[in-house]
Amino acid sequence: MQFSKVSGQKRQHKVILYALSTCAWCKMTKQFLKDNYVEYEYIDVDLCQEEDKQKIRDHIQSKGGPLSYPTVIIDDNMLITGFRKDKLKEVLGI
Amino acid sequence: MTEITLEMVRQRAETDAKTNGYYLNPDSKFLRSLLEGLKSNQDRYGYPSCPCRLASGKFDFDRDIICPCDYRDPDVAEFGACYCALYVRNDVHQSKTELKPVPERRPLEKQSRAYSVATAAPETKPVATTNEETKPAGNKLRLWYCKQCGYVVFRYEPPYTCPICKAKKEMFEEIRTHIDLIG
Repeated sequence: MQFSKVSGQKRQHKVILYALSTCAWCKMTKQFLKDNYVEYEYIDVDLCQEEDKQKIRDHIQSKGGPLSYPTVIIDDNMLITGFRKDKLKEVLGI
Repeated sequence: MTEITLEMVRQRAETDAKTNGYYLNPDSKFLRSLLEGLKSNQDRYGYPSCPCRLASGKFDFDRDIICPCDYRDPDVAEFGACYCALYVRNDVHQSKTELKPVPERRPLEKQSRAYSVATAAPETKPVATTNEETKPAGNKLRLWYCKQCGYVVFRYEPPYTCPICKAKKEMFEEIRTHIDLIG
């Protein structure tokens, strides 16, 4: 599975973003993280191979999340579904 | 296949919004992003499935999320916007209130199809899963009619709401046909 890394000065948290390449909310999330200098890794699920899609589904569901995008997983224990600026700010301290 | 331009996608959405009394998202940048997503899906799948949902690429599995999706009307009514926020309600269009993410209304069983297309056989996979759909087999195309307005549709299951009179799914009943082949 090939994640793309977006570098940033804020590296306190491990931020993983599951997104769709066509999704406007996902684009906003990517932009928001970038604008706030948060380092994160993302993957566009719609462009993945089938076996990777299944792994991603399992990962999201193991965290108790719905299969909606964007899904942000922070430090492998906090899951945020949808572009939730307030929640992202709170959890990432931005 | 005819080449679909971004302008055609926009016009189709505008016409549909007008017909149904909705508006397109007032944020022009966000709207463009959605329309581009729809165009990408049209180009790669052959139909404009929702840009904010993972499609399977199989028409029969994605039918309910082809824009405008089956869930648009109840979502616009309840949340002021559809799931991806392409279509919005009049009050949302006029005010500058920021839209909150709309929770997914599409049943999980249907979402799951996008993750295991190769392992799922489209012909045999049961499509109907909710209680009211369990009457007949569930994996056959059937005729349904709206008991309120008479609209008839040939699908695996009735639409979420009637596209003509907006009656709920429960207002649809199957038309059972019987053909005798004699002589």
